[in-house]
Amino acid sequence: MARKNKSAGRPSVQADTIHTDAVRRLRTTLGDRPGALLPWLHALQAEFGFIDDRIVPVVAEALNLSRADVHGVVTFYHDFRRQPAGRHVVRLCRAESCQARGGQAIERAAEQKLGVTMGTTRPDGQVTLEAVYCLGLCATGPNALVDGVPVSRIDTERLDRLVAQVNA
Amino acid sequence: MIRVFISRDMASVALGADAVAAAFSDAGVEVVRTGSRGLFRIEPLVEVETAEGRIGFGPVGPGDVAAVLAGAHPHRLGDVEAMAFFMSQQRFTFARCGVIDPLSIDAYAAHDGWIGLEAARAMVPADVIAVVLESGLRGRGGAGFPTGIKWQTVLAAQGPEKFIVCNADEGDSGTFADRMLMEGDPFCLIEGMAIAGHAVGANYGYIYIRSEYPFAVATMCEAVAQSAERIAPFQLEVRVGAGAYVCGEETALLDSIEGKRGQVRAKPPLPALKGLFGKPTVINNVLSLAAVPFILSQGAAAYSQVGFGRSRGTMPIQIAGNVKNGGLYEVGFGVTLGELVNDIGGGTESGRPVRAVQVGGPLGAYFPPSMFHLPFDYEAFAAAGGLIGHAGITVFDDTVDMAGMARFAMEFCAAESCGKCTPCRIGSTRGVETVDRIIAGDRIDENLQILRDLCDTMKFGSLCALGGFTPYPVMSALEYFPEDFGGAPALAAAAE
Repeated sequence: MARKNKSAGRPSVQADTIHTDAVRRLRTTLGDRPGALLPWLHALQAEFGFIDDRIVPVVAEALNLSRADVHGVVTFYHDFRRQPAGRHVVRLCRAESCQARGGQAIERAAEQKLGVTMGTTRPDGQVTLEAVYCLGLCATGPNALVDGVPVSRIDTERLDRLVAQVNA
Repeated sequence: MIRVFISRDMASVALGADAVAAAFSDAGVEVVRTGSRGLFRIEPLVEVETAEGRIGFGPVGPGDVAAVLAGAHPHRLGDVEAMAFFMSQQRFTFARCGVIDPLSIDAYAAHDGWIGLEAARAMVPADVIAVVLESGLRGRGGAGFPTGIKWQTVLAAQGPEKFIVCNADEGDSGTFADRMLMEGDPFCLIEGMAIAGHAVGANYGYIYIRSEYPFAVATMCEAVAQSAERIAPFQLEVRVGAGAYVCGEETALLDSIEGKRGQVRAKPPLPALKGLFGKPTVINNVLSLAAVPFILSQGAAAYSQVGFGRSRGTMPIQIAGNVKNGGLYEVGFGVTLGELVNDIGGGTESGRPVRAVQVGGPLGAYFPPSMFHLPFDYEAFAAAGGLIGHAGITVFDDTVDMAGMARFAMEFCAAESCGKCTPCRIGSTRGVETVDRIIAGDRIDENLQILRDLCDTMKFGSLCALGGFTPYPVMSALEYFPEDFGGAPALAAAAE
């Protein structure tokens, strides 16, 4: 196990009670099983929608890791957000099989119709458009996950419906 | 009561299967949700149970309930298994997928489940490994390393604690066999892992599934919970990735399970000797582990009698991209690329000529139709400057811009590099810039030479396959489609 890092317990940014409470609950639900950090971060992101910088020292203290370790993991993996996402999240596949089925044109159209560039959240906070590299639906692309729901064979018509759905 | 079977596979759901299932339920029909049969052109597929067996209809929509139940729907397919796409397959690993309710442990047992595990547990570990060795099974993740030898190394390793790790981080575009198996027959994977545990003396296993597969994660978690008693004392835990492609590399995956950044480790030490938490570890792909129950229940000879050269058994091949009959096609090694793309796949869905196919995911080579004679075999593809990888084939029609695809390969490598070694971390970014200069027509010959040098450095200097294999799509695009890089057409292509 990692050695005790003294600085881990002294957060530079004050954590809120909701963060310390959430981490206390994780100790019970997930525990400090070997390699617990990723399951913990997934659980925290599911609860708060993103990994707040203020929770990093709390997690580090609880798992006996350094803040640098936790920060390093949060920033390494594409899934972990450090800012909240929009109310709707559209994850559009950019990988080869979707490209072979016209994905690039759909990507450009999605940016234009949603009014947001790939990898960003619209200023009104309504929608985040993100790239995903393969959803494993490679014979029926272009594909997307819209708020977690898979959608295949996206053409202009289906895109218009998705845009209406996330704008509603 | 009438009974129908409708897939709950993520691909089927993405095509509307949930709405179809709800419509049948509302009509008072008993709906059994299965995995997918694997031919997506006919999804959402509804199979109606009749005295003559299951009769398939597809694709159908939620408004088609009455027509399907009356047997009058125009998309009547008859016995799905009698369709040419399925008749010509050899389904060893995917025998149950699309047939049974994947989360019914009773249905699994009734369809030859657990026979392999019982057979294995009646043998001493070394004998189990001997059977796997004799079957000729090689790692289905892409490297093709003999599974039995890996297991032998772990069995021989000393230590009180060993692990079985299943690599279900199927990130290659054009592949979905792991996903389909986990969603359609999760107990098969669990049985394979329990057999591996017995064979090497490991009591704990991890299944590392990418987060882009939420359906597979849910199905595996439920199946693991249901089968806990059946596989005891062996225990399993599902771990979910977090969007890092490089975690499909085995040592990066181990670091990720350990709760670290998914960075590649230098080898040696081999994971078999010093793997997860520093303990001897078997790390195998989903398809390797899922092939094991068949091998133990039917015998090594039943498996090894199909195949080609040193590639024994079957490969669940995934036909994807711009193709008419896209889907999962499990067959013995040796089928040619042309048969897969043109005969089985039916050519492009757009109806335009096939220009290129990428075999083996983002790190695989692009081949033109002049290479369609290649037999599906690890050695044949390696000799042709490519790889079969995880056996995904992505078909492109003649609108594809191969310089753009070469650029994308470098761009993807730059986005996904773990950053540990320089050729991959820096080389991929320089690669994007160099391809951009070529596309812009800036000193083409000079920049092509730089690109070749760069690919050479990445291929031989990278720590793992991400940096090491990114040159495959780039160099093959350059070799077979030079006209897209401002050069003269390749001779082979010109002769077509």
